[in-house]
Amino acid sequence: MKIHEHQARDLLASFGVPVPPAHLCTNAQDAARLYKEITDQAGTDLVVVKAQVHAGGRGKAGFVKLVRSADEATEAATFMLTNRMVSNQTGPEGLPVSKLLMAAGVDIAHEYYLAITTDRATRQNVLIASAEGGVDIEEVAEHNPKAILKTPLHPLLGLQPHQARETAFRLGLKGKQVNQAVKTMTALAKCFLAKDCSIAEINPLVLTPPTDAHPDGQILAIDAKFNFDDNALFRHPDLQALFDPAEENPAELRAASHGLTYIALDGNIGCLVNGAGLAMATMDTIKHHGGEPANFLDVGGSASEQAVTEAFNIILSDERVQGILVNIFGGIMDCAVIAQGIVNAAKTYKNNDGSTGFQVPLVVRLEGTNVEAGREILKQASASLPTLQAATDLSDGARKVTVAI
Amino acid sequence: MAVLVQPDTKVICQGITGAFGAVHTKGCHRYGTRMVGGVTPGKGGTKDANGLPIFDSVKQAVEEAAPDATMIFVPPPFAGDAILEAADAGIRLICAITEGVPVQDMVRVRAVLDEMNNARRLAGHAPIVLVGPNCPGVITPGPKTGSGASGDDPYTRGGCKIGIMPGYIHTHRSEAKCTTGKAVGIVSRSGTLTYEAVWQTSNLGLAQSTCIGIGGDPVRGLDHVGCLELFENDPDTDGILMIGEIGGSDEEAAASYIKANVKKPVAAFIAGRTAPPGKRMGHAGAIISGGEGTAESKIDALRSAGCTIAETPGDMGQAMMAAMGLS
Repeated sequence: MKIHEHQARDLLASFGVPVPPAHLCTNAQDAARLYKEITDQAGTDLVVVKAQVHAGGRGKAGFVKLVRSADEATEAATFMLTNRMVSNQTGPEGLPVSKLLMAAGVDIAHEYYLAITTDRATRQNVLIASAEGGVDIEEVAEHNPKAILKTPLHPLLGLQPHQARETAFRLGLKGKQVNQAVKTMTALAKCFLAKDCSIAEINPLVLTPPTDAHPDGQILAIDAKFNFDDNALFRHPDLQALFDPAEENPAELRAASHGLTYIALDGNIGCLVNGAGLAMATMDTIKHHGGEPANFLDVGGSASEQAVTEAFNIILSDERVQGILVNIFGGIMDCAVIAQGIVNAAKTYKNNDGSTGFQVPLVVRLEGTNVEAGREILKQASASLPTLQAATDLSDGARKVTVAI
Repeated sequence: MAVLVQPDTKVICQGITGAFGAVHTKGCHRYGTRMVGGVTPGKGGTKDANGLPIFDSVKQAVEEAAPDATMIFVPPPFAGDAILEAADAGIRLICAITEGVPVQDMVRVRAVLDEMNNARRLAGHAPIVLVGPNCPGVITPGPKTGSGASGDDPYTRGGCKIGIMPGYIHTHRSEAKCTTGKAVGIVSRSGTLTYEAVWQTSNLGLAQSTCIGIGGDPVRGLDHVGCLELFENDPDTDGILMIGEIGGSDEEAAASYIKANVKKPVAAFIAGRTAPPGKRMGHAGAIISGGEGTAESKIDALRSAGCTIAETPGDMGQAMMAAMGLS
């Protein structure tokens, strides 16, 4: 699960990471007042207005703006709250924006990158730090891997202060900067572990130029990105409350509420499969035979007839779908349950023209637990399934469905 | 011989009275696995529907039923603790079937297990092996000798199934349908793709020595390399079929291992060639991020290690045959 930047900022602050003064703005009429509050507090006239959407590419789309007056703040807020944001990550229809983060602008002496994630190769959590922050860290990793410092977290102790100190020195920090950075790193590590994050990233972490009040400058988190382990959300009601359904694909949400994993794709062949690996492999096979999968759909191992029926409704709610391939290899999954779910879906599915039943070609490949009973159910209901073709194996199924559409 | 489990391996089920635990204990019992009981805290002293004794703790089960292996079906919040309880009781093989275990729980479980195993190695004891979580389990198939309708008339008296896979699709070397006389070891991150591979190899006249589902989670027990090592050293395994998927770098590590250590023919399939980056494809482990874990990089690595690549999942059996010089 992902959260918004302003939520990530609040979370970091609650663990003691210093962040610049900021406010959330949901109404352009408030922008001028919030601008004044922030600038009064921070002692600067510079404020950054940022659209709160999960999609990236905000800056290029004009949805991150620097403003230097209350009027400019109102203008920027009005623009962002009344236009849809279109970036390379949103699709051409764009996204509506309902929340803005207004944060005090900060003078920057240097930008750093700081993140914690789980390294699958070593099965350990790892702190990743770089003095080349602000830019795309993957580019740094590719062109200058030495600029990326990696420190494993002890599985039980987490990040220890001496590790954070070592990292701060290697980042080139000096004087009072070191302890500020150590505090930020240990706070980030505590937050990562306490909240079951899959990634906790601060980019950029900035060092401000020296001032009278802070002769060594200040370390501040300017932007943060979190992703949480969905498997652990059960023990974090506070994080569940941060979930924003508006950021999710409605069909994917609907599927999740029935225990199905559905991911919409761009093609025209709907897939209904049990098991994530087999579902991916089914998509691969369709593509190999010249077709384009319209979705990834894993019914899981314990789907009910109702869930299978609902899976058909979700697949067919995508108007691009011109054919459906069902590929089931029953282990836990009982083929008879799948077959009955298919029949029920065919008997209840309402087309746009008011008729009932599937109009698109349906190719079904059933194998595994209770397969004979499943095939018999489909045979008995053949009158309700005029577009049904049986497939003997996976390649046969993919071939038949690509030919049929 | 086969690997990890043998016909005489004695097995318990942790979570035996839960819905899944009960169903699959019955399934394993009827397949012919030597099920010797199960654990549900608070229900010790009773029996399950198959007449198997239920214990309050794994320690108690070890004292009274001496199991060699356990299969874990307890719900995700408690699965990490169940794994450590089994390890603490000294059970040699732990198959965690449970799906949805928090990643950080597994990071801690792995740390404790690794430490235990270091101490065991120093003391000259065999390590404790964890398979999973989020996996179908392990099966060493036996020849069909019965109906499988009850524990008194099991499907086989010469096999061991620990987990949720359908037993009947497997083939033992001694069966008539094994026309090649050869047996392959299968290792996979995905459950249903394993069944697919078993079914295809069986249809082509191959038997399976042992099939291991290592699970789809990012932090788990046994990995591809560990399984390759077991199969390479197993006299009953003539070839190895490895099924990977996008995400992580396990398959790349396996490719290096194969190049350096594996003499037996290896065929491989990687699922997720068409998966878009940044989308988690059902398995917590199956996600392409930062250009790492793509199907292409894994396929290239395996090909250059000399593996025969199955271009589509429908070709897994044929690729295995080709790798063994049988087609």
